[in-house]
Amino acid sequence: MPALRVSGLTKSFVVHAQGDLALPVLRDVALAVSPGECLALVGPSGSGKSTLLRSLYGNYRPDAGSIRVRHGADWVELVRAEPRTVLDVRRRTLGFVSQFLRVIPRVATIDVVAEPAIRLGMNADEAHRRAEFLLGVLGIPAKLWSLPPATFSGGEQQRVNIARSLSVDYPVLLLDEPTASLDPANRDGVVELIHQRREAGAAIVGIFHDVSVRDALATRIHDVALSGNSVGVHA
Amino acid sequence: MSGALLSAPILSSRGLTKRFGSRIACRDIDFDLWPGEVLGVVGESGSGKTTLLNCLAGRMTPEAGTITYDSATYGPVDVHGLSEARRRLLSRTEWGFVNQDARDGLRMGVSAGANIGERLMAVGARHYGDIRRTAADWLDRVEIEQARLDDRPTTYSGGMRQRLQIARNLVSKPRLVFMDEPTGGLDVSVQARILDLLRGLVGTLNLSAVLVTHDLGVARLLTHRLMVMQGGRVVEDGLTDQVLDDPQDAYTQMLVASILPV
Repeated sequence: MPALRVSGLTKSFVVHAQGDLALPVLRDVALAVSPGECLALVGPSGSGKSTLLRSLYGNYRPDAGSIRVRHGADWVELVRAEPRTVLDVRRRTLGFVSQFLRVIPRVATIDVVAEPAIRLGMNADEAHRRAEFLLGVLGIPAKLWSLPPATFSGGEQQRVNIARSLSVDYPVLLLDEPTASLDPANRDGVVELIHQRREAGAAIVGIFHDVSVRDALATRIHDVALSGNSVGVHA
Repeated sequence: MSGALLSAPILSSRGLTKRFGSRIACRDIDFDLWPGEVLGVVGESGSGKTTLLNCLAGRMTPEAGTITYDSATYGPVDVHGLSEARRRLLSRTEWGFVNQDARDGLRMGVSAGANIGERLMAVGARHYGDIRRTAADWLDRVEIEQARLDDRPTTYSGGMRQRLQIARNLVSKPRLVFMDEPTGGLDVSVQARILDLLRGLVGTLNLSAVLVTHDLGVARLLTHRLMVMQGGRVVEDGLTDQVLDDPQDAYTQMLVASILPV
């Protein structure tokens, strides 16, 4: 049984400053992802991969269609959902790894990473141990853990963000170019962590520009330009 | 579903309308605030957001509409149907109100410790030593040296006064806090410190809050949901990141496009 089901998803951007110019981006997108699967979104630049991923997270608001997520024992419809419903789904079910960390001034890296788990009720010591493990695997030196990530390099901030997104075992993970701007050693660490998550039964949807990363993680390809089409490949 | 999704709203507004003469400051405002939620109200000066906040907190009387607050003591109450005494009691015990200008929210003629202690006494604290200890502890939490406990806020800087006002409002563990531009008029570095402090306190105390600001960066950092006001009307609402990343209304698109990149 899938963990995420999308049907008829349609999204345009209407720019009011340009005489209500409508830019259609997604039309009638359908897909389903089951636990243990990783669906790679492909398509040329501007084809709507990021728009689709952000819609799945409830960040963009589709015009029509359905995004249903298995949330605990329930199915929750995310299109036109109440804000507190979306927030609850994000807290417990949906993880999102983006390219950019929105830095909160003055919060230590270790606390940035541990926060989602603590918010879900994990004991603080355990959440910190887990954060230390993730930061270690992702190659963030221990001497930086007590500092806020504001002054870190772009690659370091991205790895802090990945660690934060993996501090909870989300049943559904959305990845927006998780390895962009990382060197090969760190990239391998990220791939290994996401691979483990997939093996443990997470349902994953991702955008991977790096073909070797895509080959290592994807179990299926979804071409966004051919809406609705989903092609199977070897894992 | 989690318990949070089954609970009742802590504050509800239905059809709230407020006029000043022929000018309509707030027109037909409906919303529910849920426990643990921080609702941001954004819009430019004159959009009606501060008037809305004052009506919600019972400081102004609307021409039409109902504000219902789910009190811990009395259950659901009609804020504008309460006696003045009862509403004052609520606002000292279950609510907080952080003004933009700390001088409006502090008693400038008495010490910092007395400013904090007064709130504790309003909720029943009587033991001088306990009150003093709690006041000192709260100075610490808002990052003011405990040695300043006996100084008057007139001797404090603007940022310190704002932190003291936050301590005075939160020491009595309110359930609902109204904030009117809490970082307005402060230096950027002072702002960051106060935002970080508020963000931490809202999370650890599980506060519900209505925050009025014209600063979309402040809204992004502190709020879960946003209402965008223009000309007294709510033109758009939704999750904060939805409204800021995928604005639908022409006015919201203009506001978001006007943020200076850094």
